[in-house]
Amino acid sequence: MGDNSVDEDPPGSDALVAARNLVKEFGSFRAVDSVGFEVRRGEAFGFLGPNGAGKSSTMRMVAGVSPRTSGDLTILGLDPDRDGPRIRARLGVVPQEDNLDPELTVRENLYVYGRYFDIPRRELRGRIEELLHFAQLTERGNDKVDPLSGGMKRRLTIARSLVNEPDLLLLDEPTTGLDPQARHILWDRLYRLKARGVTLVLTTHYMDEAEQLCDRLVVMDNGRIVAEGSPRSLIARYSTREVVELRFAPGDTERMADKVADLGERIEVLPDRLLLYTSDGDAAVDAVTGRGLEPLSVLARRSTLEDVFLNLTGRHLID
Amino acid sequence: MHRIPALRVTGYMGRAYARTWRASIMTTFINPVLYLLAMGVGLGSFINKSAGHAAIGHQTYLHFVAPALAATAAATTAASESMFPIMGAIKWQKTYYAMLATPLRVGDVLAGHLAWIGVRIATSVASYLIVMAAFGTILSFQAVAILPVGILTGAAFATPLAAFAATQDTDSGFSLVFRLGVVPLFLFSGVFFPLKQLPVGLQVVAWITPLWNGVALCRPLAAGTVTATGLVGHLAYLIAVSVAGVVVARSTFRRRLLV
Repeated sequence: MGDNSVDEDPPGSDALVAARNLVKEFGSFRAVDSVGFEVRRGEAFGFLGPNGAGKSSTMRMVAGVSPRTSGDLTILGLDPDRDGPRIRARLGVVPQEDNLDPELTVRENLYVYGRYFDIPRRELRGRIEELLHFAQLTERGNDKVDPLSGGMKRRLTIARSLVNEPDLLLLDEPTTGLDPQARHILWDRLYRLKARGVTLVLTTHYMDEAEQLCDRLVVMDNGRIVAEGSPRSLIARYSTREVVELRFAPGDTERMADKVADLGERIEVLPDRLLLYTSDGDAAVDAVTGRGLEPLSVLARRSTLEDVFLNLTGRHLID
Repeated sequence: MHRIPALRVTGYMGRAYARTWRASIMTTFINPVLYLLAMGVGLGSFINKSAGHAAIGHQTYLHFVAPALAATAAATTAASESMFPIMGAIKWQKTYYAMLATPLRVGDVLAGHLAWIGVRIATSVASYLIVMAAFGTILSFQAVAILPVGILTGAAFATPLAAFAATQDTDSGFSLVFRLGVVPLFLFSGVFFPLKQLPVGLQVVAWITPLWNGVALCRPLAAGTVTATGLVGHLAYLIAVSVAGVVVARSTFRRRLLV
């Protein structure tokens, strides 16, 4: 993963999802504004963006549950407007909000959902045991869903989405609201699915999640796609290899910015610190101290998708 | 049998209901007993000795009120099953969205849920019939038809109310429907006294309510005095309201769920 050339791949016939000029409007509000992308078999494809960027609206169209306003959309080679049920029969969907039945047991939730796909009962029972094992929920199989932890409910929702052995798994912010342990367990399960060849499409606003899981991703902002590529290629294109964070005494930040601006390719002045974008963080730190400046704290780190993201979508607060 | 996709929805509803059926089945049997005792036997002991006895055609008040109460049970079960549960499936537990992520379509979800409401109406009418038989108020085999007629009466409530429920964002409208709709119908649809006792204006209002039409069907069925001409108008009316309700519900469900 993380090869630049992946961006230049010609659109192949292997695309499981292909969108062109895709638009979704709610009344006069244009939530998705003419986006185009392709998801290829076997890859993990991400939609990264702040809240309200149009990720979930795009995802719901790809899930075949939200009719598009205009544009072209092909899912598994079919048109969702015409073949919704046929498409959905081959999709796994993990919605942003759990919609498990809290009154039913873990097993019953899987069973009921499997029946919606008309999976024969006998076959379904076997699959449920495998899925419980996969989701590490075997011991909780006969418990009601209501008292389960958030992480367990998510794992159950993922298990449920796999009940029809989907060709394409759609995950809308799969780890939002989970504690770090639960997130890592979930990532591990998603890796395993990927290793088995399941194609994943996910939305997230967590940079680490996108870097960990996605082979390729698009960054969305205000309903548009503002960048596309592998995490590494996006960092190479929209950021520098490393970033130095310098913290000075309050009130000093602006003044210090002028003194160090030439040490990086780009400098960003935040209320509480300076970000110096550079190819060599340690050298920049040495240069800062070489000029006799004494920041309160210094951090030289690798550039992350977060830097790309903030560079592309700005630092304005999205409510 | 689950080749019909909507029945998968009905199957789920049944499974969810199975968790609480004990408490609910008790009320479907206890309510008829209480009503028939209080109204039919208790209040009836006064009416049977008064001028009212002639107004209800010289039958006992118990015989007069019991089939009408069966129709009422259909209406109230329909009303409570078609408002809160539908809103819950959209807003609270979002079960509809789970269903719609599968090959099921909005029409399947609506049809499957309505079928389940039909099962609930049938259960409450059937338990009324059993209790009525125990009270000796069933005088004819025609009374068996109270079951389908009761389901139809319930459907005339359930389908428009389901259409309404799918447009709501809070449940406050539902208690209004009960207070301003279901309760007045319960009191003024000829269940407890003949419609002729009402001013003419109100009689006309009652004629266009589904409950009165249901009552007007169930009463002669219990007595075994039903005639074909007596049936047709009421049946046609109830069918028309139910079908109109389905048509509107299809549209409100689609508007709500396919965004």
